[in-house]
Amino acid sequence: MALLDVQDLKTYFHTEYGLVKAADGVSFHINQGEIVGLVGESGCGKSVSILSVMQLITSPPGEKAGGKVIFEGKDLLKYQPNGPEMRALRGSKITMIFQEPMTSLNPVLTIERQLTETLELHLDMDKAAARERAIELLKMVGVPDAAKRIDDYPHMFSGGMRQRVMIAMAISCNPMIIFADEPTTAVDVTTQAQLLELMKDLVTRLDTSLVIVTHNLGVVARYAQRIYVMYAGRIIESGPAESIFAQPKHPYTIGLLNSVPKLGERHGERKLIPIYGLPPNLINMPPTCAFLPRCTAKIGRCAKEPWPELRSVGKDHYISCYVDIKGK
Amino acid sequence: MKTSTNDMIMEVKNLKMYFPITRGLLRRKIGDVRAVDDISFEIRKHETLGLVGESGCGKTTTGRCILRLYQPTDGSIIFTGVDISKVPERKIIEHRRDMGVIFQDPFGSLNPRQSAGSIVGDPLKVHRMATGKALKDRVTELFKIVGLDPSMMDRVPHEFSGGQRQRIGIARALACNPSLIVCDEPISALDVSIQAQIINLLEELQQKLGLTYLFIAHDLAVVQHISDRVAVMYLGRIMELTDSSELYENPLHPYTKALLSAIPIPDPVAERTRMRIVLKGEVPSPVNPPPGCHFHPRCSLAIAECSQMRPPLRDVGNGHYVACIRV
Repeated sequence: MALLDVQDLKTYFHTEYGLVKAADGVSFHINQGEIVGLVGESGCGKSVSILSVMQLITSPPGEKAGGKVIFEGKDLLKYQPNGPEMRALRGSKITMIFQEPMTSLNPVLTIERQLTETLELHLDMDKAAARERAIELLKMVGVPDAAKRIDDYPHMFSGGMRQRVMIAMAISCNPMIIFADEPTTAVDVTTQAQLLELMKDLVTRLDTSLVIVTHNLGVVARYAQRIYVMYAGRIIESGPAESIFAQPKHPYTIGLLNSVPKLGERHGERKLIPIYGLPPNLINMPPTCAFLPRCTAKIGRCAKEPWPELRSVGKDHYISCYVDIKGK
Repeated sequence: MKTSTNDMIMEVKNLKMYFPITRGLLRRKIGDVRAVDDISFEIRKHETLGLVGESGCGKTTTGRCILRLYQPTDGSIIFTGVDISKVPERKIIEHRRDMGVIFQDPFGSLNPRQSAGSIVGDPLKVHRMATGKALKDRVTELFKIVGLDPSMMDRVPHEFSGGQRQRIGIARALACNPSLIVCDEPISALDVSIQAQIINLLEELQQKLGLTYLFIAHDLAVVQHISDRVAVMYLGRIMELTDSSELYENPLHPYTKALLSAIPIPDPVAERTRMRIVLKGEVPSPVNPPPGCHFHPRCSLAIAECSQMRPPLRDVGNGHYVACIRV
């Protein structure tokens, strides 16, 4: 059975321009010890989906519009966002690593205070024990000279080191699930490699599940076992990493893979095939498939019928599309 | 370097750009940020030279020196036969007409209060190349070249999408028919599905108009796709310079190897068998760079000599240049 099962999650935002269905019936699950990738371009609803699971969406303008988040047999969406049940889960059993470590760490608190707060709150440690554990955590994530640097403030750390502190915070209470929201978008590639290898080693060692939310197809190809591709607030394709990359079936996934340059291709060997048009504006969307205006594979049915439900196209491989595409 | 001077559009020799660090009321100089630390390279006619490296390696500073947006500390930049690093400020405009620039941020690099047409026409006015109807015609033509509808000329930047805004930036860069265009991270602010549109546009324009590009970016996959040759920079210096396919198939510098292995490829099967080199530590500060080879403290091949002398960028055959004594 899945560790976390998200069913038909809906999160809407009421804006002055109209209703934005940021997550519109998102379903995904995470198994024990698995690395899952959630991929999509900016504004596709990937961050909103995981923030909704964590109940970190401010309301208003956000609205829990439906769905279930089953964790340990209970539906988390039944709890109040600030209720004791959610507070006990957040930061202990389910944790998050955010994109921008400078804004997600508190600039006026020392690294020690930020790490020990969680430990004292969730694990009932006293000050001395928490400090010791915090130093141990910093060592685990590869912060050099941890015993000394624990008294520093976030601005004294480099971007990569700050993200290591975020990782230390995320693993501090032996979580079952870590959501990493664009964890390496703000750092350079060699630092990205350092951080992702570190995260992979840690989750393997601690038998934790990791959800990597990113727009980088390479990152999910390297680390994720299963992948969900999102577009305009919905999951449009999901499956094992191998099948998604070797036999993508949804026109958007195919388009996305054809539009990125791959390392090692000779100069002039392949012309990139862009996806024409723009990602949709999510305000007052039509009921038909949101990819329709940009789709090169569309058939007559697409414009007449509502956005298709996910259907199986292979082992654990699902797409939300009426068209059957052979080959790549 | 071997090519004859006729094939060259620009030759950069021993370029240095140091930014002084000052302190106190009297702004006493206490040190330098060595953003670009003695680099030499050439740009050939009609080629795309990629300049790749991580943030702070000096790639943008190099681009800005070439445009003479900065006055270099030392070295020469020979462009169409003239050393533009020595040209006095008031005369530089004549040389700059032949160069265009495309900036990274399509939001910050366009004046939000100016209409798109006026933005694109600005260089023509500055260089007194067109007025009145001729100006309007040229702007219309530029809009068409970059794939924008000329009827949108009177709109202001915020009415355009990110990709369209970058097209406005490209049209502006093309306005004076430049021979060299410095593209400074032109696609990194755009969505994945839009990036390919801009890359293809840049490639088409190069073929149609015979342009030369200096393409600055941190994404090696993109740089490799668009460039004929690639220079890899680290902490103000060029570590390796060669053909873009040679760089991938036969990287020689330990830093290039680490950089290549750090970039994930969207192919899980290939990823499983790829060698991964995870560098230790972080990039040192350009204020106080390590002696000798700048990369030696993080290099797995480093020996004592590496910290004593700076390795020259030497040709190891077929125009493959590498700055490492261990190769």
